[in-house]
Amino acid sequence: MPDLKTPRHPMPTQPSDVRNHNFEEVALGYDEETAIAEANRCLGCKGMPCVGGCPVKIHIPAFIAEVAKGDFEAAYRVIAEASALPAVCGRVCPQETQCEGRCVRGVKSESVAIGRLERFVADYHAAHAKAAEQKTPDPDAQKAAVIGSGPAGLTCAGELARRGYAVTVFEALHLAGGVLVYGIPEFRLPKAIVRREIEGLCRMGVKIETNTVVGKTFSVDELFSLYGFDAVFIGSGAGLPKFMRIPGENLKGVLSANEFLTRINLMKAYREGSATPVQHARRVAVVGGGNVAMDAARCAKRLGAEVTIVYRRGMEELPARREEVEHAVEEGIVFRTLTNPIEIIGYENPDDRRDPRNGFVSGMKCIKMELGEPDASGRRRPVEVPGSEFFLESDCVIMALGTSPNPLITSTTAGLDTERWGGIIADPETGATSRAGVFAGGDAVTGAATVILAMGAGKNAAAAIDRYLQEKKAAK
Amino acid sequence: MFEILRKKPLNPTVTEMEIAAPRVARVAEPGQFIILRTDSEGERIPLTVAGYDRERGSVTIIFQVVGATTAKLNHMEEGECLADFVGPLGRATKTEGLSRVAVVGGGVGCAIALPVTKKLFESGAAVDAIIGFRTRDLVILEEEFKANSTRLFRVSDDGTWGERGLVTDALRACLDAGDTYDEIITIGPLVMMKFVAKLAAERGVKCIASMNPIMIDGTGMCGGCRLTVGGKTVFACVDGPEFDASLIDFDEAIARGSMYRDFERHAYEETCNLFGKEAK
Ligand SMILES: Cc1cc2nc3c(=O)[nH]c(=O)nc-3n(C[C@H](O)[C@H](O)[C@H](O)COP(=O)(O)OP(=O)(O)OC[C@H]3O[C@@H](n4cnc5c(N)ncnc54)[C@H](O)[C@@H]3O)c2cc1C
Ligand SMILES: Cc1cc2nc3c(=O)[nH]c(=O)nc-3n(C[C@H](O)[C@H](O)[C@H](O)COP(=O)(O)OP(=O)(O)OC[C@H]3O[C@@H](n4cnc5c(N)ncnc54)[C@H](O)[C@@H]3O)c2cc1C
Ligand code: SF4
Ligand code: SF4
Ligand code: FES
Repeated sequence: MPDLKTPRHPMPTQPSDVRNHNFEEVALGYDEETAIAEANRCLGCKGMPCVGGCPVKIHIPAFIAEVAKGDFEAAYRVIAEASALPAVCGRVCPQETQCEGRCVRGVKSESVAIGRLERFVADYHAAHAKAAEQKTPDPDAQKAAVIGSGPAGLTCAGELARRGYAVTVFEALHLAGGVLVYGIPEFRLPKAIVRREIEGLCRMGVKIETNTVVGKTFSVDELFSLYGFDAVFIGSGAGLPKFMRIPGENLKGVLSANEFLTRINLMKAYREGSATPVQHARRVAVVGGGNVAMDAARCAKRLGAEVTIVYRRGMEELPARREEVEHAVEEGIVFRTLTNPIEIIGYENPDDRRDPRNGFVSGMKCIKMELGEPDASGRRRPVEVPGSEFFLESDCVIMALGTSPNPLITSTTAGLDTERWGGIIADPETGATSRAGVFAGGDAVTGAATVILAMGAGKNAAAAIDRYLQEKKAAK
Repeated sequence: MFEILRKKPLNPTVTEMEIAAPRVARVAEPGQFIILRTDSEGERIPLTVAGYDRERGSVTIIFQVVGATTAKLNHMEEGECLADFVGPLGRATKTEGLSRVAVVGGGVGCAIALPVTKKLFESGAAVDAIIGFRTRDLVILEEEFKANSTRLFRVSDDGTWGERGLVTDALRACLDAGDTYDEIITIGPLVMMKFVAKLAAERGVKCIASMNPIMIDGTGMCGGCRLTVGGKTVFACVDGPEFDASLIDFDEAIARGSMYRDFERHAYEETCNLFGKEAK
């Protein structure tokens, strides 16, 4: 009998005034007892509305039923049928707009904590399962190349390896994982989890070649002609940061969230003695309201700064995951919503040209906004309130305004059709592009989106690549 | 792993290394660069492709010891391996249609300037190489420049080598003497390039400068390498590193280059201490 009385079980977390000084994981995860109790809140709805909200269609009531029984490995098997990265998705999916947003229990009280249960199951499995045996693909298996090692590429590689293909992943950076390693911070997604997933792939026989920039080291065409790959999947993400194009943006102390987060996450600049520098600012202003802005703000806080988020719409409109906004507020980050910067002001000391602060940011001229008529996206458009300019002091400004796909691959691959904004045009079902044998998915196709959508795209493309390669083999 | 095949000191602070990196060597061109890490905890630093041997599968780099990472690199020996070596990055120097060129290099910038000088000279262009150093002890690659230029002009700040003066003095003398160029290519310290650009602009000669801002990824992902060129923000790692010098905001680039100065000085001292102890 489902438990209808108990409210959703809260997630244990590090206390906010402790965690805002360290980079350890904020949310600590359910224990077995809590997981079972939370699983008992699920009604096991026949219509499975929650599944409709999950982009990879995890059989949610089925896995939760196994948790309720205490058979966590069985629960894991249910999840693994649909998702390659449950430990990641359970942590970073925007559940409130996906699975949990459709949960029946959310109508009258609180939705079942699907994401937390998924995370629990994945962590349980990782702690208890034996490492899989090392596999190697058949010597005459067909070869697939995957460009980019973010969630899209990793999922596609895993699916193809499972089907017996010889898969090589090419990654531009020195470490595999994409945004999961260079963008999302340790305190939200421990890098050990990403490493574990990648080790799992390697044991499935996937080869990962880091330090390879496709479009520079070799082209997509050379992957076919020179290296003999039979199909290519492009999962190169959307890494190119946008700037506002306002005066002062190239002052010292102004950086993109990608730069700030890469220094901290990929290069571990938060650690004492790290080789890579990062600015330890006193007052940081982060411009933007998405997950990237929250991550940058919370990292800056952990480095000891007073942090303000500057966002042109209201609290309700913040596109970040709700949990991250709540955590950011708890950690003492100030939100200046309905505010937009119009100019970044630099420090100048005309009496002392050697003053080290010269050329650094000293603050931003901002203007207040109000919400007007809805725009094309259906969100109310922010408009400036005349005469409401004010000065916001800060010695570091981080721009988190969104990103777009970089042109390294598209500009070096003839016949690969793209959108005007740089996205690769690909069939939403199969990932097929305008080039035969070349498939694409994830942020490189959609623009900046979510981990789970990138995974879904990688999975669909793997199925399509499988069909393509079967046909190719049959035609021989 | 990327093995150090050969190591050769060029002067007390500049070292040449040949690195096994067949995939980079296959397609590298003058003007491009690589990013390396010495070890798995290291910083990513960009260095120009100073040469390549497609058959041997190797890439040559020439670096000046200025801070922690270059000091660490300089302590590595033949047979040791670098953790990471990625490239070739950036765009290659455009050399088509150039028949009369002046290459103006300063300090370790001369190492960066050599491959393009060689390429132009080998393709039959008339090349005036103007190279400058602070003092005689710091001179590098003199023979290589001599062998790869039509005329070689040598200057030093203190007059201990070649003519006493600045590279801009030598360039001005050539222009005053009526020499004409399709293009001036300049590589060296930002301040030097700024004044070469100014002189070129005054004389109406096209000038290309190779920029070296702070970089991390080298793929257009972080935006740390951004510069203002012609009033627009560009990313040196993917749009450059070479740009029309008359359009570059050099003062901004100079300011941005000092962003992490305090940190770097500290890291360098630590590294020196470390190696100092080891030496004892
Ligand atoms: C700071 C931050 C926080 C986020 N938080 C969340 C969150 O909480 N929840 C959520 O669902 N989503 C979040 N996202 C979005 C999510 O991370 C992305 O949508 C997702 O990672 C996209 O996956 P991908 O595989 O398409 O690309 P990416 O993860 O971007 O991976 C692409 C990889 O390709 C590599 N690459 C690029 N070009 C080349 C080339 N030419 N050759 C070789 N390799 C190349 C890149 O180096 C990179 O490693 C966040 C994003 C950021 C930046
Ligand atoms: C495209 C490009 C090509 C270059 N080619 C050469 C070359 O062929 N030979 C050579 O000796 N040097 C070259 N440089 C400069 C070289 O990258 C720096 O000297 C090196 O990064 C210094 O690292 P460090 O840790 O030893 O010194 P640090 O103490 O970290 O820094 C000393 C100086 O180097 C600059 N610097 C530091 N980190 C970086 C970075 N990640 N990217 C760029 N500059 C940085 C700093 O602004 C400072 O001026 C090039 C730079 C660029 C961008
Ligand atoms: S993958 Fe994401 S959307 Fe699907 S069930 Fe898990 S948390 Fe929900
Ligand atoms: S909608 Fe909610 S209660 Fe119903 S099956 Fe899904 S998780 Fe359980
Ligand atoms: S080095 Fe990161 S964008 Fe150029």
